[in-house]
Amino acid sequence: MAASRLARFAGRRRGGSGAPLHWTDIAAYAYLALGCILMFGPVLWLVLSSFKTQGALLEFPPSLLPLAQVEVTVPGQPQPLPLFRVTLPDGSVRELAQLRRVGLVAQMVDPKDPSQQFRVALDKREPVRKMAFATENYTEPLERFAFLRFLGNSVFVTVVATLITLLINSMAAYALSVYEFRGKNAALLAVIGTLMIPITIILVPVYLVVTELGLVNSLWAVILPGAATPTGVFLLRQYMLTLPRDLIEAARMDKASEWQIYWRIVMPLTLPALAVLAIFSIMWRWNEFLWPLAVLTKTEVYTLQIGLNAFQGELQTQWHYLLAMTVVTLLPVALVFVFLQRCITTGIGSTGMK
Amino acid sequence: MTELPSVAVQEGGGLRRQALAATGQVIGRSVGRLVGFAMGLVDRPMKAIQRAIGAKRMPYVFLLPNFVFFGLFVFLPIAINVVFSVTGGTALFPSQRPFAGLDQYAYLFDCGSFLDPNSCREDHFWRGVANTAKFVVFQVTAMVLLSLLTAVILNMKIRGRGFFRAVYFFPVLLSPVVVALIWKWILQRDGLLNAAITTFGGQKILFFVDPGWAMFWAVFVSIWAHMGLYTLILLAGLQAIPSDLYEAAQMDATPRWRVFRRITLPLLWPNMIVVIVLSLIKGVQTFDEVFVLTGGGPGTATLMVVQYIYETAFSNQVQNFGLAAAASVVLGIVLFVLTLLQLAVTRQKER
Repeated sequence: MAASRLARFAGRRRGGSGAPLHWTDIAAYAYLALGCILMFGPVLWLVLSSFKTQGALLEFPPSLLPLAQVEVTVPGQPQPLPLFRVTLPDGSVRELAQLRRVGLVAQMVDPKDPSQQFRVALDKREPVRKMAFATENYTEPLERFAFLRFLGNSVFVTVVATLITLLINSMAAYALSVYEFRGKNAALLAVIGTLMIPITIILVPVYLVVTELGLVNSLWAVILPGAATPTGVFLLRQYMLTLPRDLIEAARMDKASEWQIYWRIVMPLTLPALAVLAIFSIMWRWNEFLWPLAVLTKTEVYTLQIGLNAFQGELQTQWHYLLAMTVVTLLPVALVFVFLQRCITTGIGSTGMK
Repeated sequence: MTELPSVAVQEGGGLRRQALAATGQVIGRSVGRLVGFAMGLVDRPMKAIQRAIGAKRMPYVFLLPNFVFFGLFVFLPIAINVVFSVTGGTALFPSQRPFAGLDQYAYLFDCGSFLDPNSCREDHFWRGVANTAKFVVFQVTAMVLLSLLTAVILNMKIRGRGFFRAVYFFPVLLSPVVVALIWKWILQRDGLLNAAITTFGGQKILFFVDPGWAMFWAVFVSIWAHMGLYTLILLAGLQAIPSDLYEAAQMDATPRWRVFRRITLPLLWPNMIVVIVLSLIKGVQTFDEVFVLTGGGPGTATLMVVQYIYETAFSNQVQNFGLAAAASVVLGIVLFVLTLLQLAVTRQKER
């Protein structure tokens, strides 16, 4: 009954035309449903796991939701005691708190009536659990490790690098779109050339340049090498080529300087393309890994990604901190995606670049 | 692209929209004031420069900053890379490095047989080459087929198409470290996948101890993370196919499979080639996800060329910059050939 209704619902086409359902349609929906689980599932699992206590994380098989054992305060006891659901010898089931454990037997007490004590075999009881979010996974790394520092470094790198990229890329794009000058084709060719040189193949010499500039173990070593992006120059140039020339000519008539034309007229009109480049740049910088890994060796200048990678080496057994920090690292990108999804996908779709 | 401001406002009700607009205005105004201030600082010197060199030469001034960066961090390094690869020793500064001719390359290529990494003197490099080749073959094949399938399905008349497109796309934005940690958590010994396996009566599998499984998951995770990008490119190609072709096929009651083979595939082919070459270029440079996921292990089972370069130059006991540079030059040549291929293909597509 429910299944047939579901089939009818899924069978309804866009626009409400009652065309019969082809088997490929059903297969398509099945594929998309599977895709949802495969794509979203792992991230959801990460978020759920990040709220589990250290004890709950070690459980096997793991529980789906973050559960923690309930603790009760019993009059006369200095500390809260863990609560269990116990099957007593007479067959009745009661909720008891554990006083202490000796071998395979636990000494338990009724929290409502502390005078009543029981001796219970361990296999006759089950912990009482309820949903509990271990927010200390998030707060403790902030105090214990330099996590806040990594976060600050990442934000600094992302913001400063994006601003520099926007400024120098738009200046170059302005020169390459509005003017005719000698060497313009050579300059364009050089930009295409740099598109072919990823950091992976010039890792060592860039390291030398950065060392010569005295920037090793400084955040500027991460910011500067990638600041001039060929992708950005192209993206902005293509957009600026579509701007009306009359506007620029009119400004020249009014004795505006070339800088004023760039800054006051061309830049405001290029805002949509600048926004796309800004989003790209933020993504690149926030996620950058290989280059910072090579050039940053001191903990105090680590970015989030490098810090996270270092943690996963050190904290093999402390998944509760690692998972929470992973969620924090993922969060800004997730937020950008939720709000600007369409903008990003059309931007990538129209340039074919990431 | 122009939809940017409206997207943020679409969410939520009137009150929130007002609050959002108000904060937007405040931020906009203060940013505007700041930008205006900066403008005032730069305006005068720029005018002076223009007066000194004339408006005709101003484009060079605009190009200068970007090209200083390109020069320092791209062009100069290419030259230094070659210098590094023909010198020896452990010093970083080229003036302190003794000339070694083609020794680094000879060392790198000193192999009994190129098909067997064990017969090479620098066996790690060749194991990296072999692993990268294996990785690229499986990853590119599976990625292209899966993105094609996904793009075709997303191009059907389906409810919630925008939502599903976003579902497949969002891992593209995640950082490689985050992607690797997400999957490491699922694949670990007491992880979700092993829990599922034992529930269905299987035995726990130590995925990162078995070389075959480690490579499988390296390929899988990298497809998971990057598939959305290629799906998007193919989807754009599919949407550019004129719909009257399909309508004509529907009139003739052509079977779907034939429509796909005779209309969709031929017209999508240029985009397919772009996707294939682009994923090849990215695949050859694979490093981040695999490095965090497996660390190149077990042993050297998932060691990639880029990881070899990184470790040879930076994380080994003896930093061998010359050998790393020689390996990068080899990698650079491979990438150069692939990029030329891409340019040729795009030019053909434009025609």
